[in-house]
Amino acid sequence: MKHVDIAMHVRGESRFVDDEPAPEGLLHAAVFTSPVSHGKIRSLDVRRTRDMAGVHGVFTAADIPGENQIGNIIQDEPLLAEDYVHFIGQPVALVVAETPEIARAAAQSIDIDIEELPAIFDAREAFAKGELIAPPRTFSLGDTHAAWKKCEHIIEGRVDSGGQEHVYLETQASLAVPEEDRGIKLLSATQSLSMVQKIVARILALPMHKVEVDTLRLGGAFGGKEDQATAWAGLAALAAFKLDRPVKLVLRRDEDMRMTGKRHPYSSDFKIGLAKDGAILAWEAQIFQNAGAAADLSTAILERTLFHVTNSYFIPNVKVTAASCRTNLPPNTAFRGFGGPQAMFLIESAIFKAAAEMGLDPAVIQQKNLLDEGDQFPYGMRAKNCHARPCWDGVEKKYDVKKRRTEIEQFNREHEWRKKGLAMMPICFGISFTSTFLNQASALVHIYQDGTVSVSTAAVEMGQGVKTKIAGIAARVFSIDPQRVRVESSNTRRVANMSPTAASSGADMNGHATRLACEDILARLKQRAAKHFDIDDPQAIDIRDETVFLRDEKTDLHWDELITLTYMDRKSLSAQAHYATPKIYFDKSKEKGEPFAYHVFGAAAVEATVDCLRGAYEIDSVKLVHDVGESLNPHVDRGQIEGGVVQGLGWMTIEELMHSDNGKLLTDSLTTYKVPDIYSAPDIKVHFLQDSKNPPGPFYSKAIGEPPFMYGIGAYFAILRAMKAFRKDVRLEFHSPMTPEKVLLAIYDG
Amino acid sequence: MAGSKAIEFILNDKTVSETLPPGMVVLDYLRRHRRMTGTKEGCREGDCGACMVLLGRIEEGRLRYRAVNSCLLPLAELDGRHLVTIEGLNGDSLNPIQQAFFDENASQCGFCTPGMIVSLTGFYLNSDTFTSQQAVAALDGNICRCTGYTSIKRAAGLLAKQADNNLAESDVPRRIQLLVEQKILPSWFLTIFDRLSELQKPLEKERSTTSLLVAGGTDLFVQKPEALLDADFQLLTRDKNLAEIKVEGDLCRIGAAVTVEQLQSSPLVNDMLPDLRDDLRLVSSTPIRSRATVGGNIVNASPIGDLTIWFLALDAAVALNDGVNRRIVALKDFFLDYKKLDKKDDELLEWVQFAIFQKGSRFNFEKVSKRTHLDIASVNSAMLLRRDGDVIVDAGISAGGVAPIPLTLSKTVDFLRGEKLSAQTVKKAAHIAQSEISPISDVRGSAQYKRLLLRQLIFAHFDVLFREYSKEALL
Repeated sequence: MKHVDIAMHVRGESRFVDDEPAPEGLLHAAVFTSPVSHGKIRSLDVRRTRDMAGVHGVFTAADIPGENQIGNIIQDEPLLAEDYVHFIGQPVALVVAETPEIARAAAQSIDIDIEELPAIFDAREAFAKGELIAPPRTFSLGDTHAAWKKCEHIIEGRVDSGGQEHVYLETQASLAVPEEDRGIKLLSATQSLSMVQKIVARILALPMHKVEVDTLRLGGAFGGKEDQATAWAGLAALAAFKLDRPVKLVLRRDEDMRMTGKRHPYSSDFKIGLAKDGAILAWEAQIFQNAGAAADLSTAILERTLFHVTNSYFIPNVKVTAASCRTNLPPNTAFRGFGGPQAMFLIESAIFKAAAEMGLDPAVIQQKNLLDEGDQFPYGMRAKNCHARPCWDGVEKKYDVKKRRTEIEQFNREHEWRKKGLAMMPICFGISFTSTFLNQASALVHIYQDGTVSVSTAAVEMGQGVKTKIAGIAARVFSIDPQRVRVESSNTRRVANMSPTAASSGADMNGHATRLACEDILARLKQRAAKHFDIDDPQAIDIRDETVFLRDEKTDLHWDELITLTYMDRKSLSAQAHYATPKIYFDKSKEKGEPFAYHVFGAAAVEATVDCLRGAYEIDSVKLVHDVGESLNPHVDRGQIEGGVVQGLGWMTIEELMHSDNGKLLTDSLTTYKVPDIYSAPDIKVHFLQDSKNPPGPFYSKAIGEPPFMYGIGAYFAILRAMKAFRKDVRLEFHSPMTPEKVLLAIYDG
Repeated sequence: MAGSKAIEFILNDKTVSETLPPGMVVLDYLRRHRRMTGTKEGCREGDCGACMVLLGRIEEGRLRYRAVNSCLLPLAELDGRHLVTIEGLNGDSLNPIQQAFFDENASQCGFCTPGMIVSLTGFYLNSDTFTSQQAVAALDGNICRCTGYTSIKRAAGLLAKQADNNLAESDVPRRIQLLVEQKILPSWFLTIFDRLSELQKPLEKERSTTSLLVAGGTDLFVQKPEALLDADFQLLTRDKNLAEIKVEGDLCRIGAAVTVEQLQSSPLVNDMLPDLRDDLRLVSSTPIRSRATVGGNIVNASPIGDLTIWFLALDAAVALNDGVNRRIVALKDFFLDYKKLDKKDDELLEWVQFAIFQKGSRFNFEKVSKRTHLDIASVNSAMLLRRDGDVIVDAGISAGGVAPIPLTLSKTVDFLRGEKLSAQTVKKAAHIAQSEISPISDVRGSAQYKRLLLRQLIFAHFDVLFREYSKEALL
């Protein structure tokens, strides 16, 4: 089954917020933001701006009728700055005008006087000054203190990973339309409709039922529209509410890059202890997360870092402490992997360094310590249906890694300036929101009189194919042509109390809810068919390919007629169902529990070639075996893997955020911030692990969105291996991204 | 051009006439004034390709189409031309390009997809070979953040495989006919040549000293679109005299409005510089190369302009004309300071010229950027070297990104002249070059990096041209 929207996509007919026809009287908004990283607002004068031709309104914190607060987990973030500003790009005022150009030009006339205060941009400095978002947390297992004595090798080091800009191709966008009775309808490019609804209600002092949020699709999101779509929806809603006119706010690329948060930069210290044979006996780390100026999702992201701090390995003695540190940068936020990639880069760096000191190939240590069935994670859960080794072994065998290693050695002998490196990258990623309460979803399913089906869920389509998977589930339960199923926009009036479409769990939870709703209707359809055939037992009825079967015998009763019969019999052709992921829990007081429904496993072999004359490199290939369970849709899953890999490579190689000394983002355009282009994409080979069944997933499937991102981490180490082939004693630094600059400076150091 | 006559052109299959500001970019025109929203806004600086359109015009009696970024294309450029958008390419069913994307699942969120379809349509209209590499090359200006390009490359491969062999050999009218038969283009494409010929020719305005001169606009429309919206500007791309490549005696003269693409496909320049095509592939992207001009690259005065660096090594000179007098200035003397030129406001850079290579001359261009393609160099450098046996007779070496201006490494060159080719000479040259540069730290790299990189690129010049010096000998 194809991506349900692809025929529209290739014709340019799929609509995004900015493509919707303008409602009558539409006005456009532009945001005026803080020019300094930290300061006290002495005065803010918008009078001149208000009087400019074409300007309909200028709004500041003083104009907010409700609470000036958009923070969710921790309420520490104003919609519009009040007395203080905490980062460059923080919204201070909103200008609403006839056109976006007038609004932007007018915003430049706003007078603001700010007394500058000292600013912090570095997580370690923030930690030292006690600037924490929340108290640090520690996950531990066994007794590291006792374990060090048993270690043959103890290696310490420091690891830094850079941030990452989402570069969703569609920038942040919102359209707010005033409704009768002081209500607001929002078209918002958000992954989290209920959050937008709740916070807009809070800002405008409205009951939630007066705020409707609708999301048709997103032009990419990757976590960047989970919490961070809310501000723009809130601003558009504020203006629409005050002016009683529809208002659209679409950020330009440079604005989006300056105003929104990114993947969190991390800085960590580690200590790893190994036995002679490479078994990891002890693992300690102190992690500093650069949260930016407000909490946003940082604490949840930090929690996931802790969950993934041993990646795919069993380590009997672990003690890792992590702190979320407040700095004067835009609040950093969710990005595919949600703290997991930073954790995996940390442990993989430690293993690489240990291998170098022990004179081993890192793969020896990696393989030796892979998780086995029943092994315990530092958070108490045990590996179940553990596929770490089958995936690793699959890669070695399927892609003949041994032979590749020999060929690479040969190549490196024959080439003086060009060197190749190969790195293995295993992954293990837990599926479920680590905040247990978010693991719920609901679906509303209607069958219309012509036998077509409408499904509404909380799952927001952002390219990840969740609509396709959900349509597939509905079609599968009813055994009808998927063409009969339409998956609707997500809308707070059809589905309430939505969890964000995030944590790779969209298809899992909304798919289960859809399944349950469809099964509910199916039961009534079967009853009606039983009545039609004058039998008592609806269990004797089956629907296969739109035809009713009675005790495995095909009948003349077709789907269309069955729907008509059911309707005429005054039975409901609609159902709503709720799904809550069973069994999961987490006790934060002990930092132990079973937070995940299951884990996704996989492994990849990543190859790179470095031009050691120029410091340039190419990622040649990423060959992987990935555990998808029984794939709900192999096309979608393959696409998610390929896309995740390249995004991960980008994070590790060329995507580099740079700031001026006073915290201004210098890489605020696609000219200066480079994401992978078509030439950067390596040869990617994808193989699904065979015979994997995942009982918790819909139809034994596994979630797909985030895990493949982390294969990209292998690129860092493949490049490093190639550099070592050029210069044995190359300085080992673990500070991503590995830009051509870092390569060249490292290989010619000294 | 503000307040001038209406702009007349064909938008897909409709002839239209517009009196909107000529400096409005076509992206805004399509989305806001025509409500054609298949053309997407991703970056407004020609770096993502979501806004790709096809621009068709009659050149030397033949219809030519190019994929261009509509965010950098002023409405004025449409005058007398054909604008094709994704809406124009849609038929009742999916066309073969769309079908290939469909079959290979080469679209996820869908935002970048229409631009990709348009770029590949440009590939069918322009490519001289139909390999999957060429199809991929046509997408060098399109960014996708979802797919990892793998499915897109599969679709491109499928298209290359399906491409009719006759296409490559067909001239433009025949090619359009074939593409219509294959349903890659809608049938009204067959009427465009006649209809464009009938459109009133745009009036050429006398160049006035007050108008802003705009060439390809690929940097101007990034830097100051607001200022251009209502500006009185003149499009140099309309001046045929400025778009010629010709030989005058032993000099090669390249008009200021010659595009990078023109340079890339010029047999004359290719004869001299066999690696030209590959070198120029490192310069921006297909759609930008079809708009960006030689003159624009030079007067932009960027210390890192690829073509400028290229011409500096060739010891080129530029012609400046104020409407009365023409003067010739050596390119190396043309750059006075950061973004400061030896050029008066009323002077137009008409052409750049350089001596046709003598026997024994070899040329090499090096560029390293964070991303290999469609990126601005951290450091770039070019070298022209003529030798007699193993003695260097003459040389030209330039370097970008290492000074406030695009730099000629004169001391290095002075040293090289008369030296014998050896690893020792190469090392010494690289060492002398260090004394000529003054790089600063910025988003393209630290000063320390740029110093090191220039040394390496000088090594690379000799490595590429002579392949004689081992790692041990150089380091």
